[in-house]
Amino acid sequence: MSLLVFVIRRLLYIVPLLVCAVTVIFFLVHAAPGDPVDYIIGEAGADSEVVARLRAEMGLDQPLLVQLWRYVLQVLSGNLGYSLVSSAPVLDLILERFPATLLLMASQYTLSAILGVLLGVLAARRPNSPVDTALTFLSLTSFSLPIFWLGQMMILAFGYHLNWFPIQGMSNLREGYTGWRYALDLAHHMVLPVATLTIFNLGLIMRLTRASMLQVVGQDYVKVAYAKGHSERTVLLRHALRNALLPVVTVVGLEIPGLIAGAVLAETVFAWPGLGRLTFDAINSRDYPLLMGMFIFISFFVIVANLLVDIIYGLLDPRIRYQ
Amino acid sequence: MSMSLPVSMSVPAGPGRRAWRRLRRQKTAVFGMAVTTVFLLTAILAPALAPYGLLDIGRSFVPPSATHWLGTDSLGSDVLSNIIFGARTSLIVGVFAMVTSSVIGITLGSIAGYFGGWVDDALMRVTELFQILPQFFLAIVIVALFGSSIWNIVLVIGILAWPVTARLIRAEFLTLKRRDFVEAARSLGMSNRDIIIREILPNALPPIIVNGTLQISGAILLETSLAFLGLGDPNVMSWGTMLHNAQEFFNRAWWMAAFPGLALFLATLSLNLIGDALNDALNPKR
Repeated sequence: MSLLVFVIRRLLYIVPLLVCAVTVIFFLVHAAPGDPVDYIIGEAGADSEVVARLRAEMGLDQPLLVQLWRYVLQVLSGNLGYSLVSSAPVLDLILERFPATLLLMASQYTLSAILGVLLGVLAARRPNSPVDTALTFLSLTSFSLPIFWLGQMMILAFGYHLNWFPIQGMSNLREGYTGWRYALDLAHHMVLPVATLTIFNLGLIMRLTRASMLQVVGQDYVKVAYAKGHSERTVLLRHALRNALLPVVTVVGLEIPGLIAGAVLAETVFAWPGLGRLTFDAINSRDYPLLMGMFIFISFFVIVANLLVDIIYGLLDPRIRYQ
Repeated sequence: MSMSLPVSMSVPAGPGRRAWRRLRRQKTAVFGMAVTTVFLLTAILAPALAPYGLLDIGRSFVPPSATHWLGTDSLGSDVLSNIIFGARTSLIVGVFAMVTSSVIGITLGSIAGYFGGWVDDALMRVTELFQILPQFFLAIVIVALFGSSIWNIVLVIGILAWPVTARLIRAEFLTLKRRDFVEAARSLGMSNRDIIIREILPNALPPIIVNGTLQISGAILLETSLAFLGLGDPNVMSWGTMLHNAQEFFNRAWWMAAFPGLALFLATLSLNLIGDALNDALNPKR
């Protein structure tokens, strides 16, 4: 099978998965106590005429399967409904905030991947040595940390106490910086949230790298590389790591939903104007269409991200493509 | 045999005893068990231990002092007492969510692994679908729609967490069902049901026990995360709700955030340490 066929086959996989996510949401809303209209109007209530019009508009008088079909088509055409609070299209609200979240995720991910892989190799170099034990403990600590509490403690220590970093938002609005001053200000604001997320995600990547390095170092080609007289550094980084990274890529692909969840919690702590803040506000104003739209959007994002991981994996390891 | 761990540990010899010996040798595991014991006792004895009741309201924002060891919050209730009552909530959520997901996961996983064929295919497709859905956001939507009572939250976490257990059990069943003792049971005329429950399941439990401790800490973290975002049960004290309330008063009451989070961190860390050590101890290969 050529790479192109592989990619196309994977692309076709998106639609059924997305339809499943939409179906789950549809049935949840219908199973929830009360009328689906309540979730559109909110707790404020509306007069009966408006309710009747909404019911007809939403097709609530139709059979359930017809309603589901219409809802799926509506979502697939990019209409995620309207926010109860601002009455703006949900998709617009999400897309407006998404770049800020993506910036945070990309930065922390790059950092934690580099650091995690390096520390993982370091731990795997001498299994069960004091260094390894210490690093293993550190990685367990890292993913036991409640991320929102970690963020709060970072704010208390480096924000309030030492006053080194700004504690809220993405930029200093009062100064109204532009150009490279703006970039510098943005970077300054990013330090604490990115550090929080990195500490949290580092542990998992470190642990995976260690486990997968330990499996690889026993293999013949690694022994051959040593026998050829290469230095430990060359063998570990050039020969072993390359193959050890494959399982790390897969599992990290599976962790993407967790990464977004972490980002959302950290954003809430740091008042970062991304999806996290949007979720938080939507929860507190019980903005159901926005929450449902968020779920569908993030499902879509996770599905696409997994697809990219699969394709990268296929590029790294040609064996996968022929299965 | 599906009894709790301590029972199998008291057997004079055998794998349980060996695992227990290995467990005691690891300092981190001993630390984990000590902290978990404190956590369990605190949760069980909460009303006796808490210096103040949940409804005792005094002066707000009192810093840590002799009368209020960990200070008071914005409403004037004692932080230490709230942490103690919060331990109870966390324990309930952790244990019951783990039990829910284990029951679902073990049932579906053993059916898929034992019968194979189309049953296995169908169940594994459902499992994959569940794993690709962003669980945290699904939990937010469900709790927002159905209400944030503690039992709703337990149910949601349990229903979202079963796929991992199902996959583990299925993998164990796939190898175990080909062993001689299963063949022997079958030729004796044992029913499928008895073979699954009496013969295979007891041997498939070690990875499930490890996974169980990790699921308890995972459930505790998920519940506190939801409560931190404002989806906690308003009728019970939760560490997540305490951190949610602390968010507003950072600049004047650091103790409102520091201590509940520390309790949460210690609880999840010690459970993860136990899980990690159990993994080493129950795995005969190492």
